[in-house]
Amino acid sequence: MNTVNDRTRDIGPFIPQEDDDMLICRCEEITKGEIRQAVHDGMWTLTEIRRYLRTGMGLCQGQTCSKLVKSIVARELGVSPAELEPATSRVPMRPIEMRVFANETKEEAYED
Amino acid sequence: MKTRAEVIIIGGGIIGCAVAYYLAKQGQKDVIVLEGSDHIGNGGSSRNGGGVRQSGRDVRELPLVMYGIKHLWPTLSEELEVDCEYHQDGNLRLGKTEKHREILTRLADNARGVGLDVRMIDGDEVRQINPYLSDEVICASWCPTDGHANPLTTTLGYYKMARRMGVRFISGEEVTQLRVMRGKIRQVITKNNVYEGDSVLVAAGLDSREILTSVGIDIPMTNSLLECLVTEAQPHMFDQMLGTAEADFYGHQTKHGSFVFGGSSGLERYNKDNGMVSNSSKTAPCICRGIMKYFPDLAGAKIVRTWAGWMDASADGVPALGKVDEIPGLYVACAFNGHGFGIAPAVGEQLAKLILTGKTDISLYDLRYDRYKAKI
Repeated sequence: MNTVNDRTRDIGPFIPQEDDDMLICRCEEITKGEIRQAVHDGMWTLTEIRRYLRTGMGLCQGQTCSKLVKSIVARELGVSPAELEPATSRVPMRPIEMRVFANETKEEAYED
Repeated sequence: MKTRAEVIIIGGGIIGCAVAYYLAKQGQKDVIVLEGSDHIGNGGSSRNGGGVRQSGRDVRELPLVMYGIKHLWPTLSEELEVDCEYHQDGNLRLGKTEKHREILTRLADNARGVGLDVRMIDGDEVRQINPYLSDEVICASWCPTDGHANPLTTTLGYYKMARRMGVRFISGEEVTQLRVMRGKIRQVITKNNVYEGDSVLVAAGLDSREILTSVGIDIPMTNSLLECLVTEAQPHMFDQMLGTAEADFYGHQTKHGSFVFGGSSGLERYNKDNGMVSNSSKTAPCICRGIMKYFPDLAGAKIVRTWAGWMDASADGVPALGKVDEIPGLYVACAFNGHGFGIAPAVGEQLAKLILTGKTDISLYDLRYDRYKAKI
C-alpha cells in the first residue's frame, strides 16, 4: 500500500499484437488491446484500469477475468503480477434484486 | 527523481487532475501532482453519483458551475479523448409532500435570482418528462440544462491528457506538511521526499485540513459518508438526473444501462467504521426502499455493487477556493461537500488561470478560505 509510483517512468511504446482483439472481460466486452492501451494512457493500477475500462464491473464482478487482466497489466508495466494489488471486491457477492435487498428490516422475531 | 516544479498540486483527484490539465493547456507544463493513495482519483472523484447539476446548489457556487456547463462540459469528451458520457437532459428534483414543495420552491427561487432556468412543475408534468415515476411524486423542480456524466472516465481522462502533455504524476506520495521560506510557500514534504515549487495548490479533499494546518491555515470541515449502488444493465428508460427534496437518494441511468444511485441511512455519523471508508449493511437496503417508492418498476433490478465515499463537508456547505492571502504562492481547492464533480472543470480552468495570471473570469470571493465566522 502507498508505494511511491512515478507515472512518468518510461514503459516503452505501445506495440500492436496479433491477439489484441481477444475478449478478456467477457461481461463488459473489453479486449486485450484496450487493456494494454490503457496502461500506456497511464492506468497503472488494477483499480484505475477497472474504473477507466469497466473490466470486472459486470455481472461476474471480475471473478472470471481479474487474474487475466492482472497478468496483462503486469507484463505491460514490466513488473511481477504479485506487485499489483487487486481491485477492491464490493458487496454483494452475487447480484440481488432490489426488492430482496430492501427487506433487511423485517423483524420476524417480534411477530409472536 | 525530479522534485522541483513551478507548480506542485497536492491531490490527484478530479480537481488536481483538472487544474494540471488546464495549466498544461495554457502553457505551464512544469507541474508535479502528488497523490497520497496508490490510485489517481481515489476519493470522491471516483465515488460520486455523476451529477452535473446547477439546481439545488448554493448561490455562492452557482456562477462557477453554470460557467462550466455552458463553456466546458459540452466539448469535454472530445477534448479529453475519452467518453465522459455527458448527458444534458435535465434534472428533476422530486417532492412527495408540501414540505418538500416548500424546500424545492425556495431553492428554485434563489437559483433564478442568479439567472438559472429552473422552475417548479406539478406531478403530472413530472410524469410527462419521466413516465416511470410513481404517483407519490406531487411536484419537482425542473432544470433543463442539468445533466450527468461518468466521474471515472472524466477524472482519469483529465489525468491521461495532463500526463500526455508532460505533467508529472506521482502516486503513493502522502504529504505530511508544507513549509514557508522567505515569506512564500516553498516546500511540500511527503513521507518519502521533499518537493519544491513556486506555487502550491492543496486539493486533497478531507486531508487538506491537516496539510494546511502545518502553515497555520484552518478550514473548518469534517468527513461525512455517502454510499452508492449500481444495478445490472437495464433497458433504456430515461436520461434525466434525479434527486429528491429530502435527498433520500439521487442518481441516473448510465450509458452502459446500469442505474447508479447514491444515498444514506441517516446513521452515518454513528457508523462503526474503524476509521475506514466502508459500507454499512443498513444503507444499501435503505436506498433500495427509497428508490422503489419513486420507481416501482425497478424493484426487480439486481444490485451488482455498492461502495462508500467520504465527503469533505465544510461548515457552510460550499467549497473553499482560491489563493491564501497570508502565504504568497499557496492556493486551496477543497471542501466540495459531495458536489465537486460537476463543478470540477470550471474550478480546474479558473484555478489554472488564477495561478498563471492572478485573475479569474468568475469571482471566487464568496468561496474564499477565510470566510468562516462564529455565529455571534
